[in-house]
Amino acid sequence: MIEIFQILLSESFWAASLRIATPLIFGVLGALICEKSGVLNLGIEGIFVAGAMAGWMAVWLGAGLWGGVVVAAIAGGFFGLIHAILTVPLGLSQHVSGLGVTLFATSVSYFSYRTALPNVSSPPRIEPFRPLEIPILSELPFIGSVLFQQTALTWLALLMVGVVWYLMNRTGLGVAIKAVGDNPNSVDAQGLSVYGLRIGAIVAGSALMALGGAFLTMSAFDAFFFGMVNGRGWICIALVIFASWKPGKALLGALLFGAFDALQVRMQTEVGAKVPSQVFLAAPYILSIVALVIVARRAEYPRALLTPWFKGQR
Amino acid sequence: MTSSPVLILDGLSKSFGSVRAADAISLKLFRGEVLALLGENGAGKTTLMNMLFGHYMPDSGKIDIIDGSGHAKPLQLGNPQASIAAGIGMVHQHFTLAENLDALDNIMLGSESFLHLRRNKSQAIQKIQKIMNDSGLVAPMDIAVGRLTVGERQRVEILKALYQDVKILVLDEPTAVLTPQEADKLFENITAMTKNGLSVIFISHKLREVLAFSNRIAVLRHGRKVGEISSKEADERKIARLMVGEETKVFSKKELQVGETVLEVDNLTISGSSKRESLSNISLSVNKHEILGIAGISGNGQTVLANAISGLVKSSSGQIKIDGKNILINDPSNIIQAGAGRIPEDRHKDGIVGQMSVAENMIIEDLNNSKIQSRGLLNNEAIMRHCSDLSSKYDVRGPGPNASARLLSGGNIQKLILARVFEASPKLILANQPTRGLDMGAAADVANRLLEARQRGSGVILISEDLDEILSLSDRIMVIYDGKLRMAETHDRETLGLMMAGEAA
Repeated sequence: MIEIFQILLSESFWAASLRIATPLIFGVLGALICEKSGVLNLGIEGIFVAGAMAGWMAVWLGAGLWGGVVVAAIAGGFFGLIHAILTVPLGLSQHVSGLGVTLFATSVSYFSYRTALPNVSSPPRIEPFRPLEIPILSELPFIGSVLFQQTALTWLALLMVGVVWYLMNRTGLGVAIKAVGDNPNSVDAQGLSVYGLRIGAIVAGSALMALGGAFLTMSAFDAFFFGMVNGRGWICIALVIFASWKPGKALLGALLFGAFDALQVRMQTEVGAKVPSQVFLAAPYILSIVALVIVARRAEYPRALLTPWFKGQR
Repeated sequence: MTSSPVLILDGLSKSFGSVRAADAISLKLFRGEVLALLGENGAGKTTLMNMLFGHYMPDSGKIDIIDGSGHAKPLQLGNPQASIAAGIGMVHQHFTLAENLDALDNIMLGSESFLHLRRNKSQAIQKIQKIMNDSGLVAPMDIAVGRLTVGERQRVEILKALYQDVKILVLDEPTAVLTPQEADKLFENITAMTKNGLSVIFISHKLREVLAFSNRIAVLRHGRKVGEISSKEADERKIARLMVGEETKVFSKKELQVGETVLEVDNLTISGSSKRESLSNISLSVNKHEILGIAGISGNGQTVLANAISGLVKSSSGQIKIDGKNILINDPSNIIQAGAGRIPEDRHKDGIVGQMSVAENMIIEDLNNSKIQSRGLLNNEAIMRHCSDLSSKYDVRGPGPNASARLLSGGNIQKLILARVFEASPKLILANQPTRGLDMGAAADVANRLLEARQRGSGVILISEDLDEILSLSDRIMVIYDGKLRMAETHDRETLGLMMAGEAA
């Protein structure tokens, strides 16, 4: 028990939690925007891979770091657009299309990696985002090393929480997105485009998801590896429900998962001799499921989620 | 009332495949008038309004909007935005409200640019307040629409249209879900609004309110306009004849001596997850040769009551007896074997298995019958014969016994269910909203079948939102409100209406 308290009190634990949470924050916010408009985007896992690959590749080919971020977002938006066309005007199964996009985006990413680098055993490294050291604040005890030594992408993720919250709750566009996810007829009756809103929401949400992937190759690590996304996208799908589709709770959920994950790594080194390491690896996922069971039973899904809408059909 | 027209529909036609849904319909709407549009299901009312609202592109014809200074301007067809811009507002029968948003957000939806980062709610509230004052339509603005009552939602729906500065308001069956009192209030508000120059078209099935509240009546039949009369000169008989092309059948309800009790429900209580899924201390009984009408606004426990009697939900306490014998609650097969026939509320979902054929749906509740199976093997020939016999007896029309049942129209699905239920000669018939959504002809057929069953000795429970139907068919009437059932001592519209609204009786 004492070990746990020591871990919880350490600066490195909290810094790691925030770092691990960052890609999840992007992912949950992206999934949230898609689902609020009424479309489940299971392409998220593949879009993470595409974002990770495209951002890193762009930097490796000579783009600036922020240029890489933009390329990653565009790649995510592209795969989101495929999902959007299949599920919105064509009204195909959102599950099937989403899984298809995940397979497609992952394969295309691996394929372009191999085509660009046919003969390398270890991927070339790029110069990733550096921690943003802010004079004075970074010197503060505890807070300084937890908060003010994160990279710009973590700050961007935190900023996006506020942006998405403002968009959803304070703008006409956000109101329209929420309406189209609840009852598309309400939007149609006001002369707005159901398809336009949904496609836009999916593309924007997918671009955000891709930033989660880009964080992995451009901030957490400095290169692209096969299998590096490792289910983070799926975690986001669960976290959206945990968050009841609210940006603030999404941040909380991502941080909670980050903390579980950071804790398990440290527990492994502390008591790893007595308990098999796989137990710790599984712990965050088990805890997520438990949290989900507790929270999701009361979750209020967007009413039109998964339901395609066709013009002129009531 | 000034007599200048605001809207001229000229020769509008629209075909879907080989069906002419609208056939050269011409219609004028005058400033400040209430025009009622009548017709059976499939007569073309909705098609016509969808063309007006830009949802459908007419095959031929044109629409002119006349502005305040008397200039006629052709409306761009097939474009909802153009219709909205021309001042046409539509209140759909099925509300087009987002239930997760409050009324204010629903009303403002689409009226502000997406590029604006700030919303001007206070200005909107001022405008809505003014509309509320002018029209008398009041609804809370700051509560999620999902938590409002049906009446409040309808007012929000109308406020939403008025907020867009409409000059022409189309109401599609606005009173279908309202109590008689709420409906009267709504028409008062509409009358108030027409004083300010608003013109209203309303679509309805209810002849009574059409006669009471419209200035003019236009009747459609089979996609054509078959009549246009001033409401002052019209009476129910005249309109009904225009609608169906003949005098409607008057139900011949014979006086019958009631027999012994068929069904007895004693202190049934069900605690569902929400109010509309709960019942408290319900007791009722139905006798042979008797129709018990249960009136009420939808969502007051009708569905759960029907499900409880059908054995589909678990009760917390109470008992159900058929023929004096206790029935195991929460077991549908028990209830069927005891001799109950059920006409479910959602005929598409619970009444048929859409993917299975018409013939299969005919026998689906009677699989143990030795006529259609022996030793577990179905006799296909007998099933087909059974199906064609019943189809002609009950006038089920469709693409044939082997076609999927979901291809039948709503009226024919209901006839299929009636055939299945009545052929089993049930002691008890539980009919939940049996005529909802049916046109006058099909509804009359259902009503006559129920009377026939009563004559034959069945006990019938008729759950309906249609007060006229309850009044014309029932021997006794109970009213369900908020999960509680009360016997109506007097059978007049006023008392029943008050009871349906939960007020003292």
